[in-house]
Amino acid sequence: MRLLVDHVTRYHYDQPVRGVVQSHRLTPSRFAGQKVQSWEVTVSGGQRGGGFRDGAGDWVQAWSVTGPVSEITVRVRGCVDTMDLSGLLRRHREAIPPTAWLHPTAPTRTDAALVDLAHSASGNGPLALAHALSDAVADAIAYRPGTTHAHTTAAEALAQGEGVCQDHTHALIACARVRDMPARYVSGYLYATDDGTPHEASHAWAEVWVADLGWVGFDPANRCCPDDRYIRLGSGADARQAAPIRGIARGNGEERLDVTVAIEAAQQ
Amino acid sequence: MSAYFNEMYDTGAVRPPYARLRDWMDAMPTELRNLKQAEAEALFRRIGITFAVYGEGGDPDRLIPFDMFPRVFAHDEWRRLERGIKQRARALNAFLSDVYDRGEIVRAGRIPERLVYLNEAYEKAVAGIRPPKGVYSHIVGIDLVRTGPDQFYVLEDNCRTPSGVSYMLENREIMMRMFPELFRSNRIEPVEGYPELLRRTLASVAPEKCKGDPTVVILTPGHFNSAYYEHSFLADLMGVELVEGQDLFVEGEFVFMRTTQGPQRVDVIYRRIDDTFLDPLCFRPDSMLGIAGLMDVYRSGGVTIASAPGAGVADDKAIYCFVPEMVRFYLGEEPILENVPTWQCARHDDLKYVLSNLPELVVKEVHGSGGYGMLVGPKSSKEQIEAFRAKILEEPEKYIAQPTLALSTVPTFVEEGVAPRHVDLRPYCLVGERIELVPGGLTRVALTEGSLVVNSSQGGGVKDTWVLAE
Amino acid sequence: MLSRTASNLYWLARYMERAETAARLLEVGARIALVPNTGHGYRNEWDALLRAAGTAAPFAQKYGEPIQRNIESHLFFDHDNPSSVAACLTQARENGRIVRTALTVQVWDALNTAYQELRELERTPRGELSLARLTDWTTRNTALVRGAIDATQLRNDNYDFMHIGYHLERADNTARLLDVKYYVLLPQVEFVGSGLDNYQWMTLLRAMSAHRAFHWAYGGEVTARRIAHFLILNPQSPRALIACVDGVNAHLERLARGYGRRTQAQSTARRMLAQLAETEVEEIFDEGLHEFLTRFIDEIGALGQTVHDAYLSGDIR
Repeated sequence: MRLLVDHVTRYHYDQPVRGVVQSHRLTPSRFAGQKVQSWEVTVSGGQRGGGFRDGAGDWVQAWSVTGPVSEITVRVRGCVDTMDLSGLLRRHREAIPPTAWLHPTAPTRTDAALVDLAHSASGNGPLALAHALSDAVADAIAYRPGTTHAHTTAAEALAQGEGVCQDHTHALIACARVRDMPARYVSGYLYATDDGTPHEASHAWAEVWVADLGWVGFDPANRCCPDDRYIRLGSGADARQAAPIRGIARGNGEERLDVTVAIEAAQQ
Repeated sequence: MSAYFNEMYDTGAVRPPYARLRDWMDAMPTELRNLKQAEAEALFRRIGITFAVYGEGGDPDRLIPFDMFPRVFAHDEWRRLERGIKQRARALNAFLSDVYDRGEIVRAGRIPERLVYLNEAYEKAVAGIRPPKGVYSHIVGIDLVRTGPDQFYVLEDNCRTPSGVSYMLENREIMMRMFPELFRSNRIEPVEGYPELLRRTLASVAPEKCKGDPTVVILTPGHFNSAYYEHSFLADLMGVELVEGQDLFVEGEFVFMRTTQGPQRVDVIYRRIDDTFLDPLCFRPDSMLGIAGLMDVYRSGGVTIASAPGAGVADDKAIYCFVPEMVRFYLGEEPILENVPTWQCARHDDLKYVLSNLPELVVKEVHGSGGYGMLVGPKSSKEQIEAFRAKILEEPEKYIAQPTLALSTVPTFVEEGVAPRHVDLRPYCLVGERIELVPGGLTRVALTEGSLVVNSSQGGGVKDTWVLAE
Repeated sequence: MLSRTASNLYWLARYMERAETAARLLEVGARIALVPNTGHGYRNEWDALLRAAGTAAPFAQKYGEPIQRNIESHLFFDHDNPSSVAACLTQARENGRIVRTALTVQVWDALNTAYQELRELERTPRGELSLARLTDWTTRNTALVRGAIDATQLRNDNYDFMHIGYHLERADNTARLLDVKYYVLLPQVEFVGSGLDNYQWMTLLRAMSAHRAFHWAYGGEVTARRIAHFLILNPQSPRALIACVDGVNAHLERLARGYGRRTQAQSTARRMLAQLAETEVEEIFDEGLHEFLTRFIDEIGALGQTVHDAYLSGDIR
């Protein structure tokens, strides 16, 4: 599928800030499932900083804006050809060994309920187990926007039984770890078809390390594996680490955020 | 005679390196000694060295007791130590380069995978990033103890930011001011070149993007830190700026410091703050000490950070056991310096051994420091041992155990005159384009009779450390 | 140099000068209080002093009655009062500690000794401390630090930032001390030119250790106009506003030469100096002394802000 992306993030500060530094994971991953036709990221008034491929294989691009400034617009526009690989992350180069992803972070720390949930799943072989874990998470946490916030942990989301894709992903990472399967958080875009599939065009899902297959994506929120409707941007141990845009402003201005994402399928 | 090796007297006779100190010692009446001791303290106060070493915390205005009796190494003794220290520093850096790259040592099964990759100090954020010249730990502090004329053991490695080097320099300075005659009668190798050597070492690992003379700075957590004096002392001697996080900012591909004449680019940051505080964008978002965006600049080759983020994975107490293995694996050499045999309570068999031999062992917390949370079996009562046994059983993986080492002694001025006291040694090995070691280090001494704990928070003091010229 | 280093040196100087002013205020108050009260309403002399120091409200909140002992506590010992001698000295020493290696051993010694002695004073029973001893001790120590700076510091930008701090603070403080007169006397026009009036002016001069200098420069008779001239417009008088602005200007010029670049700070200082140089004492009294001083305090504050923006904030490009 050929997908067109137009993603605009506007930051407003109620008083001018001295400067802003951002770290972007806004470039589509290089793997067999996607091929970039065109891609451009712009930052209003921004100066491009260093760029590099990190240990997880993602392209990280730094930006800085010299203040005083009270509004910044980050715009991503591009076109990507995608292929359905049934969730497999094929031909993706990375330096971090899978074992390192077994390390918990604050939002993916387990509690008794998560451990129980993880053990409730069963499957014949690691791939089946991963599917079962993803289903278990989807069953335990209903998709309900607005019920959780940016800092909700996996344990909290499970306790209240509802959440959004971020919560599903954190919960799946936690459960996979209980079963000794490395897992991580993936951020990207999702093209929503008109068949009623929900969701934010700016999306998140999990990847679980399956021996013999490598990394395999699972999207509990949509009860599927990522296919050609998905664009993968980057990964991390949790939502914060995998965030497409991380930024810090120097100064006292209060920040307000305004995001619009449009994903369209090109007529071919 | 005790069972401990006395570095000055060997079976009654004075060992050669100490020969000339004997007359000096004998010729010093108590009154003069007290006078000199007071003079030394006044000098220290005046210079302002009143900080804790090794992150022990405590009152920042406290003076660490300085003992005037020097600790002496013969030229040959030191050459062997030097070779061993440099070898170890090379192996530790080779290990770091490897685990952040292909992890050959893990693939070869020489170190357990999880011990490395699930270690708190393994930093995913720098995997696949090669620092300039491949150096991760630019200042390696190796803590050594001696048990006999030729027996040295490494107690632990410090690959992050070993402290205390200002004591090495100040102890020497004060001895030279107070006893110039000693430096005439003994040929003692100088240590005063350390700050310049450190500056050159750091300059040699400037990033490739840096053209011309690199700007080096020392990054301190701030003036409330107990080691602030050391930071400012070193910066002054090296002739570089001492900066706090707020003095630096990221713009474009580089890091700059705020000066009265506008932004000035910084090429090498010798940081004295922990990894997690370096950059709120990459690590702890609540860090007020760091510089937002620093890690992106570092990882894209715009600045060098010394020690490199993630270097701590090499000096972990659990990894320590494998350092001799690193020497063999990376260098194809036999280790010159030995490790202390260590039992890991996380392992079932080791735990069993530890529990049945507690009265003879020293038990330490894996992540402890400063001599706290530690059991010295032979010096403990039955009740203390039993209480500790309960603690170990509760969380065995938190503890390691080692035999009680018969630490060597060096004559030390005490209330009653001169008496042997136990010592250890921390030399500071510099790793850049070249690998360098100034002849000397910091000798810590347990001032309490019979004590084996040299930490300043537990009654330890410091001594000048001499290496005699050939 | 690092902007933060410059800032610490600048504030070290300002706090030292401010400590001295607190001591001088105490001295003025004590002397004014020695003469009989004018008997008119609120015009308690101590109260006037606190108003001039700008700390009347926090004082009233903490101590209530403006009696001498409380004022002593407030202006000398109180660490809650950021302008007290103790608070200023502690702050100055901390500024110095942070940039310890930018100071000579002599400067650090003087600063550190003052601080250690202050802690000693804080442990001494109050009954043993006369006001005169406190004020003398303060002026002696501030002079020692200043002397060490002048005798031993390299004449580089470090030195300039310290002196910019000293002169800006002194300008502000002289203006405030002069203004004490306003609070003490206004609006009792009938006292103008009276013996009491002159006594108060003399007290002010004494507090600034300037009464001999005044007599040397102006001869016998003390008048408001002469004193105003002496403390505002006479460039020979070390505390005169014009001398302070001249000092700021000179050190800013040195900086600009050394750095090879001028900023807003240089033009602002130069303009202020030119204006003062052309001012006649009559114009000051036409405008009203209080009004003139209020305006000056604002302007010198703005100059301080400009210096901050240009050199200390680290935001210049």
